[in-house]
Amino acid sequence: MKYLSLIFLSLCLPIAVNAIDSKAFSDPRQQQAYETLTSELRCLVCQNQTIADSNAELASDLRRQVYEMLQQGKSRDEIVQFMTDRYGDFVLYKPPFKAKTGLLWLGPVVFLMLGIIAVFLVLKRKKQAATQENGQAEKLAKICRLLDEGDVS
Amino acid sequence: MLKYILPLILFIIMAIFLAIGLNLNPSEIPSPLLNKPAPVFFAPKLQAPSEKLANIDLKGQVWLFNVWASWCVSCREEHPVLNELARQKAVTIVGLNYKDDPSAAKNWLDTLGNPYNVSIMDQDGRIGIDWGVYGVPETFVIDKKGLVRYKHTGPVTPIDVQQTFLPLIAQLQAEPS
Repeated sequence: MKYLSLIFLSLCLPIAVNAIDSKAFSDPRQQQAYETLTSELRCLVCQNQTIADSNAELASDLRRQVYEMLQQGKSRDEIVQFMTDRYGDFVLYKPPFKAKTGLLWLGPVVFLMLGIIAVFLVLKRKKQAATQENGQAEKLAKICRLLDEGDVS
Repeated sequence: MLKYILPLILFIIMAIFLAIGLNLNPSEIPSPLLNKPAPVFFAPKLQAPSEKLANIDLKGQVWLFNVWASWCVSCREEHPVLNELARQKAVTIVGLNYKDDPSAAKNWLDTLGNPYNVSIMDQDGRIGIDWGVYGVPETFVIDKKGLVRYKHTGPVTPIDVQQTFLPLIAQLQAEPS
């Protein structure tokens, strides 16, 4: 049974490969740029895939677009600008930091800070309650002691 | 007292955000083209491939740019709505026949009716990329100056026509060219 499941798992492995249409570049740097760019651009049809991963037609068209622009000698920034001019920041897996995306970037930090403040306040309150209880316990002990002494005399 | 009200307030805030999140449509991505000049095209007409249409030809009029294809299922749902809109002659409707086979496209118009004043062909999807098309059907409203004023993703329903398109078209018709 153990072996069977191992075999099954190993069969699942080769599924995670890129969409198949290899583009040939003469310049290895361009090849590199192509690979990074296509893995940073979102396929808008299947929104949780990059255009490098997706087999959707739009993704293949956008790969062709990136390929052609690189062949024309366009820079990375020019290509990213081309895509955001048409599809908006959503096409980028890593949106730029600006007023509109501020909440997206700062939200987690704000929540972390709120969490830390909350923990701090709770701890402080617990400590106060503990010292108060300690004080009362002391008083109680004193009363008992006094009572005991009273009994003796 | 605060001890009980605070969690309640937090819960209400969370519930509101979750409700908004549930009602958002993730496939509706705001178009960066809004209030910008419509992307330039110069493309052959579907029914007369030797003639070409450019968007300068449409300057001075309000027009709809409807992206469609014969392979697109929701376009079939939308088609009668466009036919009805065309019958009212409220606006010029230009079709972008997106990544389609021309004969299949012509056949589609012959059997289902042709609401388009003219349809242009975009067989390799390049005009689609320029317009940021990612899901067919899509409908753009372009004003007399050639600016994109509205984008609708997905099939246009009769309610959309009544509540959004017709009022917007009337408003844009009234603007000076």
